[in-house]
Amino acid sequence: MNVLNHSVRLDEDKCKGCMNCIKRCPTEAIRVRNGKASIIPERCIDCGECIRVCPQHAKRADRDSFDILANYKYKVALPAPSLYGQFNNLDDIDCVLTAFKMIGFDDIFEVSKGAELVSEATRLLLKRGELKKPVISSACPAVCRLIRVRFPNLISHVLELNSPMEEAARLARIKAVEDTGLKPTDIGIFFITPCPAKITAIKQPIGLEKSNLDGAFAIKDVYPKLLAQMNRLDVTGNLRDSGIIGVGWATSGGASAALLRERYIAVDGIENVIQVLEEIEDEKLNNIDFIEINACTGGCVGGVLCTENPFVARSHLQHLRKYLPVSCNHLEGEKVPKAMNWDTSLKAISVLKLADNVEDALDLMKELNTIAERLPGLDCGTCGAPSCRALAEDIVRGLALESDCVFYMRDAQGNPSFQGLVPPPFRKPPKKEETP
Amino acid sequence: MSILKLHYDIDGSDFTRAGEASGKVKRVLKKLGLDAEAIRNVSIAMYEGEINMVIHAGGGEIDVEISSELVTIVLTDHGPGIEDVSLAMKEGYSTATDNIRSLGFGAGMGLPNIKKYANEVAIDTKVGVGTTITIKIYVPDCSAEL
Ligand SMILES: Nc1ncnc2c1ncn2[C@@H]1O[C@H](COP(=O)(O)OP(=O)(O)OP(=O)(O)O)[C@@H](O)[C@H]1O
Ligand code: SF4
Ligand SMILES: [Mg+2]
Repeated sequence: MNVLNHSVRLDEDKCKGCMNCIKRCPTEAIRVRNGKASIIPERCIDCGECIRVCPQHAKRADRDSFDILANYKYKVALPAPSLYGQFNNLDDIDCVLTAFKMIGFDDIFEVSKGAELVSEATRLLLKRGELKKPVISSACPAVCRLIRVRFPNLISHVLELNSPMEEAARLARIKAVEDTGLKPTDIGIFFITPCPAKITAIKQPIGLEKSNLDGAFAIKDVYPKLLAQMNRLDVTGNLRDSGIIGVGWATSGGASAALLRERYIAVDGIENVIQVLEEIEDEKLNNIDFIEINACTGGCVGGVLCTENPFVARSHLQHLRKYLPVSCNHLEGEKVPKAMNWDTSLKAISVLKLADNVEDALDLMKELNTIAERLPGLDCGTCGAPSCRALAEDIVRGLALESDCVFYMRDAQGNPSFQGLVPPPFRKPPKKEETP
Repeated sequence: MSILKLHYDIDGSDFTRAGEASGKVKRVLKKLGLDAEAIRNVSIAMYEGEINMVIHAGGGEIDVEISSELVTIVLTDHGPGIEDVSLAMKEGYSTATDNIRSLGFGAGMGLPNIKKYANEVAIDTKVGVGTTITIKIYVPDCSAEL
C-alpha cells in the first residue's frame, strides 16, 4: 500500500508560510520550512483540517476534472447523502438526481442505498455478538487513518465492512453491467464527495485491495452545475431509492440511530474524536456497543468540500426526511454478503515511535525531555513546528536544530544589541528592581 | 539499561485537570513503542491513582520510572490516609461525596482496578499523614512484533 498517495495538497505559490495549519493538524504532520508549509506524508490522514484553516487557500483537495468522464462509455454518479443537505428548500431528492442526468451522467446510484445495506449488516453482526466492543464505525476514512497512526491498538475494534461509498459502487457497477451489457471497465463510477479523505480512500483503499470507484468529484464543484439544471427542470424521474436511514448518514448520529440500539456514542469533530479514542483505549467505554466517529464537525455535512454550513445543512435534511420512508434497501436472506466484508484489516503505521527498539527510544526520549525543558514552552510556531515539544522531537530525530528557536538565538547571542533584532514578544523582560 | 524518569505535581485544587498526567505518560509510552497492553495497564492504573489523589487527598506528586522491562509509578500524597486498606480495596467501597458521584466517580472501583491492571501494588498509608502507592507494571519484550 502506498501511504504517500494523498489528496490534500499544498499550492506552493499561495502558501505564505504562516503557522495556522501546523497548529491545527491532529497528527502534527505539517512543518514550515523556508517560508512554505510541507506535509509529512506518512502522518497525513487527509482530514482536511488544514484546508479549512488556511487563510490563503493554499491547501487544496486534489480531485478529478470532469474531462475524465470522456474515458468511459457509461457514467454513473454516486452522490453522498451530504449532497442533499446543500440545497435550500429542496422537497424532492429526485430533482437533484434527475439533474445529474443533464450534466453528463447516464445513471445515478445513491450512496445512501449502500448506507442502508451497511446499517443492516452492522445490525446483524452486533446481534450475533461476534464483534469486539465497542465497535468503531469505519465509514470515515480520516478516522480509519487516524486510528492507524495514533491508536493502532484499537484496530481490532474497527468494523470490517465496506463503507457505504464502496458498497454502493460495487452494486452500481453490477447494475450498470446488467443494464447496458457493457464491459465493467467501460463503466465509470464516480463519487460525489464531501471531503478529500474519501478521494484518498479511492486511490488508497481501506480494507480493500482495489476501490470499486473510478474517481470523485467534489460536492462544491458539482453543486453549481446541478443547481443550474434544477432551476429549469419540468419533470423529474423516479430515481430516489433510499429512506431516512440512508440519508441520515449525512449527519453525525445517523449511522448510530440506524442500529436501533441505545448504547451508542456518535462523536464528531477531530478534537472530540481524539478524546473519545483515548477513552476507548483506556477501557472507559466498554459498556458501549457502537461508536460512530466522523472526523468533521456535524458529520459528513461538515466535510471541507461541502458548500453549506453543516448546521444549516442538517436542518435542510430534517426537512427532506419528513417525506421519506424509513428504509428502502435490505439484505437478501438476512445475510451479510461476502463481498461486503473487507479483504484486509487496517495495518498499523508506526510513525510516532522514536525508534524501533525501546532502549534506543528511551535514550532519545531522555534527550527530548532535556531539550524540551530548555525550550521556552510558548508553542509560538516560529520554528516551523507546531509546539516546543514537537520541535524537541524533530531535533532528536535529526530533522531540526535547537537554533531554530528564536529564544535560543536570543539567549545564545550574548551580544545585548541582538535583543533589538528579535521581535518584541520574544525580547528579554527588563530586570526587576530589587525591593528592599 | 536506560531508565526514563518523569515527575508530575498534581494540583489538588483543580479537579478539572485530574487525569492530565496519566494522559501525558500514555503519549510518552506510545512514542517509546512499548507493548500496547502494557501502555493500557499503565494508563488505567495511573489514571485511577491520580484521580484518587485529587478527590481524596488534595493532590500530591507522581514519579514514573520507565525502562524497557518495567514501569514503576509512585503516587505520594499528604492527605488523610486510608484507615482500612483491605476495605478500601473492596469493589464498591467508596467514601466519595455526592457531588463527586454526580461526576461519575465514587463507584469504589479505582483501587480494585489498579490491582487488576498492575503486576504489583504496594500501599503505604498512615491516617493523618498521607498515602504512598507504588504500582509496578511489567513490560513484555515487543521488539519481535511489527
Ligand atoms: N489517596 C487516597 N487518600 C485517602 N483515601 C483514599 C485514597 N485513595 C483511595 N482512598 C479511599 O479508598 C476508597 C476507595 O477508593 P477507590 O478508588 O477504589 O474508589 P473511589 O475513588 O471512591 O471511587 P472510583 O475510583 O470508582 O471513582 C475511597 O473512597 C477513599 O475513601
Ligand atoms: S466525516 Fe465524512 S466528510 Fe468528514 S472526513 Fe469523514 S467521511 Fe469525509
Ligand atoms: Mg478512585
